Amino acid sequence: MDPITVHTGRAAVLRRSDVDTDQIIPADYCRLPGRSGFAKGLFARWRDSDPDFVLNDPAVADATVLLAGPRFGTGSSREHAVWALREWGFSIVIAPGFGDIFTRNALKNGLVVVSLPPEAVEELMVAAESDAGHKVTVDLVSCTVSAGMSSWSFEIEERARYLLCHGYDGIELTLRNDTAITEYESHRRPWLPRMSAERVS
Amino acid sequence: MSGGLTLPEKLWRSHVISGAGDGSDLLYVDLHLVHEATSSQAFDGIRDTSRTVRRPDLTLAVEDHNVPTDSLTIRDPVSNMQVGMLRRNCTDHGIRLFQHGRPQQGIVHVVGPEIGAVQPGMTVLCGDSHTSTHGAFGALAFGIGTSDVEHVLATQTLEISPFRTMLVEFVGEPPVGVTAKDLALAMIAQVGTSGGQGHVIEYRGPAVSALSMEGRMTLCNMSVEAGARAGMIAPDEVTLAYLEGREHTPTGQAWSDAVEYWRTLRSDDDAVFDRVVTVDTDGLAPFVTWGTNPSESVPLTGVVPDPESLPDETRAAALRSLEYMGLKPGTAMRELDIDVVFLGSCTNGRIEDLRAAAEVLRGRQLAPGVEMLVVPGSMAVRQQAEEEGLAEVFRAAGALWRLAGCSMCLGMNADRLRGPKRCASTSNRNYQGRQGPDARTHLVSPAVAAATAVRGRLTAPHELE
Ligand code: SF4
Repeated sequence: MDPITVHTGRAAVLRRSDVDTDQIIPADYCRLPGRSGFAKGLFARWRDSDPDFVLNDPAVADATVLLAGPRFGTGSSREHAVWALREWGFSIVIAPGFGDIFTRNALKNGLVVVSLPPEAVEELMVAAESDAGHKVTVDLVSCTVSAGMSSWSFEIEERARYLLCHGYDGIELTLRNDTAITEYESHRRPWLPRMSAERVS
Repeated sequence: MSGGLTLPEKLWRSHVISGAGDGSDLLYVDLHLVHEATSSQAFDGIRDTSRTVRRPDLTLAVEDHNVPTDSLTIRDPVSNMQVGMLRRNCTDHGIRLFQHGRPQQGIVHVVGPEIGAVQPGMTVLCGDSHTSTHGAFGALAFGIGTSDVEHVLATQTLEISPFRTMLVEFVGEPPVGVTAKDLALAMIAQVGTSGGQGHVIEYRGPAVSALSMEGRMTLCNMSVEAGARAGMIAPDEVTLAYLEGREHTPTGQAWSDAVEYWRTLRSDDDAVFDRVVTVDTDGLAPFVTWGTNPSESVPLTGVVPDPESLPDETRAAALRSLEYMGLKPGTAMRELDIDVVFLGSCTNGRIEDLRAAAEVLRGRQLAPGVEMLVVPGSMAVRQQAEEEGLAEVFRAAGALWRLAGCSMCLGMNADRLRGPKRCASTSNRNYQGRQGPDARTHLVSPAVAAATAVRGRLTAPHELE
């Protein structure tokens, strides 16, 4: 994955709380092989049923930052939700809180999720709504969000930040610990189940 | 520093291989459960990087999300492809697979425990949020996405920062007729859908100790609906009795050794949790959801709430929920007409759930116009229900008796609601469109589902006749 340190882009505003991953992409759209083709399902029900839905607005067609309400990405572990957002063109989601599994999935795919206090998100939303050209910058080195005259710092899991900033493959890094893993395995309790082995007696 | 450790901390520490020094740990994974809906891209990654599956012997695969429950033939071409990819991947990597319709197949969170593959003290991961179910055994079990599935396949580990700990203590004696599902919904109504965020919950209290393993799995299953990473219950005699004699449970000396270890798996008396929540079960009634997230619920005896009376932070969501659900504030929940009843899922598709529903349905008929789908959580549950005569009770009442799978829980396979049908469902999510586009879901316990099927309206069993 390409390293990500700073991103600047226009923002789309999704004024909804509790946007679960079933809303981000309904199950029906999650059945493709591979990691592409999911943008079609992004917020599919809302895009189809509501002409005023934000992603139907041509003014924010090139938005790369999504501003959302509290508890974004709760529910199902489907990583398809992240793939769909990425494929649509989003690089950043800013909200006052996210589902835990969604956060992990996002960071593993270069979708930076930033948790800010509700007042900060509100300020960003108001600014974006009044001027579609308004830009938001997220800096992963200093861990700050800035827009116009305002800026806020945010917290992000250090491990994820490190992998993102360098574009590292987490699996590759873990495999360097192979000796430690093998050592751990040699001490596992003998009765622990094995799916393809005879049962311990 | 106090010396006491919580149960979640004990489980975490016993699986740490190394700390990366950046706040995250490398955790060993004792059991990796895999299903067709979230694994194909992970296997692609393994193939594309010429890596191997490190421990196929600690991996178990199941076909559940896509499979039809009315036929052994997978007619839907996309489902067929998904299942086909899983079969090929399991063959390529030597992974044990429970195929659609075979005696051990079923929902991943039902079959793992059934074969004794989930034991106290283990770490259990699966590309599915309801992996929290397995915490019922005193295991650290949580859901992951596909990238993490690939990481576990390749390394049998996960690098992750420690979770915070949360104690949910149920105090008081729950009245008769209140089930694990009601405890879960009441807890979620109290703490909200992000109340457990970043935490592992340990459940305690007389109402928890009194639960069977099936009930404990129901409760832990719903932990994720409170936003928690995982839920767990310390192992006790109920746990041991469930485990003994299952396919992967140790025997002989190994059983004695295991039991000795398992008995140490409890929070120390002086352990401190990051958060403590008390849920009072005195006077608790069966719960039912009215909205489109699992925290939007009331006692069955209650009414659809007025969003104006709700706190600012949930009001807008509640207004949207009511519109989607076609409900008016003040309507009594027990006056809501139901079109479809779904009994099944990894929350309530176990034998005890089927027994509870069958007890209500015995000698009764579904209300005219009501359709009921009974989907056992596994083929083993199905078999047992046939032997106990439960299947006959369901059929005689007019319900459809199906094969095992996720079925109408998620709108991915052929079992789904068409149009704005109102459904009483024993599953775990009432999200917009979860059971099909425009579907209106009310989450309930199995007994309430059955009573609802009889009266055609949301109903508690004791209200019948
Ligand atoms: S039954 Fe429902 S919640 Fe459980 S694993 Fe299947 S789809 Fe997920």
